[in-house]
Amino acid sequence: MNKEKLNELTIGEAARALRLPDGSQARVTVRELWDACIEAAKAKNPELNAYLEIFDADEAAIADAQKRINEEGDKAPLLCGIPLAIKDNILIEGHIASAASRMLENYRATYDATVIEKLRVAGALFIGRTNMDEFAMGSSTEHSAFVKTRNPHDPARVPGGSSGGSAAAVAAHMAIAALGTDTGGSIRQPAALTGLVGLKPTYGEVSRSGAIAMGSSLDQIGPLAKTAEDAKIIFDTIRGVDPLDSTTIPDGLYPVQKVGLKLRIGVPRALLGDNVTADVRAAFDATLERLVQAGHTLVDIELPTSAHSLAAYYVIMPAEVSTNLARLDGIRYGHAVRGATLLDDYLLSRTEGFGEETRRRILLGTFVLSSGYIDAYYRKAHAARDVLRHEYNEAFKKVDVIAFPTTLSPAFKFGEKSDPISMYLEDIFTVTANLTGMPALSTPMGTVEREGKQLPIGIHFTAPHQAEETLFTIASLVEHSA
Amino acid sequence: MATTEEVKKLAALARITIADEELTTKTAQGGSSDAAEAAFRKFTSEFDAILAYVGQLEELELPEGLVGEKPALRNIFRDDAEPYPARTFTEKITAQFPARSGDALLVKQIISHE
Repeated sequence: MNKEKLNELTIGEAARALRLPDGSQARVTVRELWDACIEAAKAKNPELNAYLEIFDADEAAIADAQKRINEEGDKAPLLCGIPLAIKDNILIEGHIASAASRMLENYRATYDATVIEKLRVAGALFIGRTNMDEFAMGSSTEHSAFVKTRNPHDPARVPGGSSGGSAAAVAAHMAIAALGTDTGGSIRQPAALTGLVGLKPTYGEVSRSGAIAMGSSLDQIGPLAKTAEDAKIIFDTIRGVDPLDSTTIPDGLYPVQKVGLKLRIGVPRALLGDNVTADVRAAFDATLERLVQAGHTLVDIELPTSAHSLAAYYVIMPAEVSTNLARLDGIRYGHAVRGATLLDDYLLSRTEGFGEETRRRILLGTFVLSSGYIDAYYRKAHAARDVLRHEYNEAFKKVDVIAFPTTLSPAFKFGEKSDPISMYLEDIFTVTANLTGMPALSTPMGTVEREGKQLPIGIHFTAPHQAEETLFTIASLVEHSA
Repeated sequence: MATTEEVKKLAALARITIADEELTTKTAQGGSSDAAEAAFRKFTSEFDAILAYVGQLEELELPEGLVGEKPALRNIFRDDAEPYPARTFTEKITAQFPARSGDALLVKQIISHE
């Protein structure tokens, strides 16, 4: 094993190297793995801005992880001693959790998010908190109040968003894997644009306790990782019923999906239309063709209401955003400005604390929930959501997974999508899974060339509720067919 | 479609300001209030474009009978029991207060006896 590139290992590879017999030349210590990641993080962060903060080494946690591997060997959890990057909207006790907003710039988490607690129990280590679009609103990480994260594959381009810092950290080997959050595509779209596997779990599979809420009926925490195996290791560790989040669900709440060795892949060709860039479409078709060569079948499906998913999403999500962010008023914590009256205190704190995109979405949410508009917008979108779920459930009677390209095109340049709607269209294929609550995953499907640079793109699969296993299976098939 | 007055009204309902904020930043950067007004008009026109986009929902015809189908996921109430021992989080939470007096949060007086 090349000990100079330990930070480039997958979780699976690192876990094996950590467990080699004492005295073996290739045996890696937790300390060596930590040092390799932290050195890469410190060396690359000034250019890439993946991290908002790189933490000091937690010596006790490093020593504990090593002791556990020495004593328990293969019985130690696979994440024991693995350095991870954590998105800045997930609470780690004692650390700042700012959601990349001025509003929470100095907010120090008073408790661990449930996912953090579960990762600690497994012995995982935390390298730092990663940059994101403010309150997870955006698809490029350009809406961070602090810095712009660059795409490691081409620093002139964005890494996607909103979990762009987590994506850049893993893609540039500044962490072995990372956690992100996904409200409309915020794990899967940056995973696609940086060449990673990104999973949005079934709504309720992973506790949201300790995640700074954006759209509470849509948000899920999930992994960004180098392989499907790694994504599964993290998902298996963080999932499960949590008394602190009453929307978490028990195993088997939904009927168990039975799949054969050969998968039936649904392709909604009508929805792909002319919007997908030609070379992305060609890569999508070629990836599906390889799966057909391996004996899997393609099935044409129709999901007519999906054409309106993004419109429904841009009603429901801002409605929830405006409600959730109402708690940030400058009174109890966060950015606090004092004016002449109590109303001024609210107005000044919120106006200074929130960036433009956040204010835009708060306003949209206020609009769609206001008397006179709530039926035409919010209630209609809510009804569309029921129909979408029904259409997908019907489709899953004929197919095991549904495939889309994750995005219409590869990573774009800074400032290229300054018009809000062009930015929102980045999530056109990903938002539906948040509306239906179904699990969805993006995995790399090669690269396309832009200005002499090879840029990664992703293929996106949706499965029925609680059928994450099928997603890991098909992602592995794609990985090994490339 | 939204007028600038409507946007200002929505902003007031949401307890944020759009125009004033743009005004402050632009003036701070050495710009004029004309620039602030232009920025506000841009915000309003982008807001209109988004409303036009989500307005697609109006033409969407939904099949009868599906609306109100109960999802498998149900919300629940938590038992009002097993509280944390007193003061477990008091210090951590009060440390976040912008202004405090002991364990109490200090805010402006809003009721007077005059």
